Amino acid sequence: MEGLIAVLVGVLFATGTYCLLRRSIVKLVIGVILISHGANLLVFTSGGLLAGRPALVPSDGTVPPAPFGDPLPQAMVLTAIVIGFGLTAFLLALVTRAYEAVGDDDINAFRNTDT
Amino acid sequence: MNEYSLLLPLLLPLVGAICLLLGHNSLAFQRVGGVACASLTFILSLYLVYVVDQADFVVIQVGAWEAPFGISLVADRFSAVMVAVSSFMGAAVAVYALGEIDDVRLRKFFFPLYLVLIFGVNGAFLTGDLFNLYVWFEVMLIASFVLISMGGGKGELEGGLKYVVLNLLSSIMFLAGAGIIYGQTGTLNMADIARTLSMTPDAGWVTSSSMLLLVSFGLKAGIFPFFFWLPASYHTPPSTVSAIFAGLLTKVGVYALFRAYTLMFVPIFPQVQPLILVLAVLTMVTGVFGAASHFDMRRILSFHIVSQIGYMILGLAFMTPLALAAAIFYLVHHIIVKTNLFLVSGMVVRLKGSCDLAKVGGLLKSAPWLALLFFIPAFSLGGIPPLSGFWAKFAMVKAGLQIESWIAVTAALLVGVLTLFSMTKIWAEAFWKEQPADVDAQPLRNPAGHFAYMVVPVAVLAVSTILIGLFGEPLFSFSERAAAQLLNPQEYISAVLQSQVEVLP
Repeated sequence: MEGLIAVLVGVLFATGTYCLLRRSIVKLVIGVILISHGANLLVFTSGGLLAGRPALVPSDGTVPPAPFGDPLPQAMVLTAIVIGFGLTAFLLALVTRAYEAVGDDDINAFRNTDT
Repeated sequence: MNEYSLLLPLLLPLVGAICLLLGHNSLAFQRVGGVACASLTFILSLYLVYVVDQADFVVIQVGAWEAPFGISLVADRFSAVMVAVSSFMGAAVAVYALGEIDDVRLRKFFFPLYLVLIFGVNGAFLTGDLFNLYVWFEVMLIASFVLISMGGGKGELEGGLKYVVLNLLSSIMFLAGAGIIYGQTGTLNMADIARTLSMTPDAGWVTSSSMLLLVSFGLKAGIFPFFFWLPASYHTPPSTVSAIFAGLLTKVGVYALFRAYTLMFVPIFPQVQPLILVLAVLTMVTGVFGAASHFDMRRILSFHIVSQIGYMILGLAFMTPLALAAAIFYLVHHIIVKTNLFLVSGMVVRLKGSCDLAKVGGLLKSAPWLALLFFIPAFSLGGIPPLSGFWAKFAMVKAGLQIESWIAVTAALLVGVLTLFSMTKIWAEAFWKEQPADVDAQPLRNPAGHFAYMVVPVAVLAVSTILIGLFGEPLFSFSERAAAQLLNPQEYISAVLQSQVEVLP
């Protein structure tokens, strides 16, 4: 399972990078979204995946039975997803406004502040 | 009592921001509340420096969850001095904002966002937890994203887009690096990570995750080759915003680099050291060449941020007690001076309507006091004795000579000369030469507030760079004590992991 997700993370990073290198600002946003999902999955998998072993304490014990899935990466990913969602919303609004101001969605039109 | 000294500089800006949001109808309340809250944060941060200097470390386990399970907030001397100097900038720039930020921006919640920015910066300096550091970065970034693109002009939106996309990528790298570290060590507490890594030194994943963090923090700090967003965006918003960004945001990246390589990645530092040294030298050189090629005051200053960041990273690459002390001294000096220069550029815009060096001139005749206020920070940045920049550069070069790193020292001296060249260029063009006859330079119409609001913080910052230059010994010996702490990560680790859990009432 980890191997499969590792491949998926690689695919997400690769396609995201490809989108970032395109010239359209909309693809720029898509690229950022894909890469951030890749990073989320990476964090999610990093603790190791165990099928059917929730970290639940049985009613007669004080600790969950030995091999149990680590819930902390999931909590971290949840935080990261929420932050990423907010930032993506902001980025979309910014891209729309920038498109209206510059009048073009080609990255090459966005060179006025560079030099 | 100690824990309050750490919590207050964090909580006060947050509470202030919430109060300002609640009272968003009254612009007078926004102005008074914003300045009052930023100033109070500065005073409290001085108390934090005092407490930390007495007690070496102040550690809080948030929610009384024992380290390494909960989130630890840690202040050592380095983070305390960073909190103090950035809160100082927060207070000075808040006063300056009264003179420059117009009612439209105030209605768009300028001051609440400004306080959230300070909240995020202080949090990043004080946290002892890797994932928490990521969250503080995001708090700081979200506020800065809105501040940079608030005006809605073409330049602001375009510069803002570059700033936002590259900083988002940097955050993603950070998240990936933190995820790998957690997967392998099972902990996020920086002290505990350092402890675990020192027991498992030569594993391949340590290097790969440290490189992810290097790229992420390097992007935020603006080191070579990740700095391109910085000169493309910092000159677009109002000077108030550029000044606070120039003073604080890149330095948070530098701080994070220092924290990572003096605490967590100590075991692999010898392998990374040549890379950091090369990056530092290239950062200095490219930054100063970029500045030399530009002809707009704020663009020149933006490139100088990059080149000066190189000096600080150089201190990290040398990793001797003197070099680290010099780097901390350099950080303090640079934050004050660079903020000051951006504030001066805002005053030039106010008087002449532009800070393009081809369009302005004659300021020495028409505003000699402004020339003086520019002269002090500019030549401090260039490293002219007895201003603070001279001692910072002197200590750094001395540290380089001690370990016989000839190329880096040559580059540092050369970059110092070229910095001086850029500053004299601004001086000669904006202040010395006559106002070009074919350009109609008018003061800004409808300025937002009284000019005195802009003059006072600039004068205060200029005086503080002179004071650091003339009476810098206490600050330098404080930097030496802070550097000693950085070089002895064991103290940090035991302070965090063995601190008594104190339940806050």
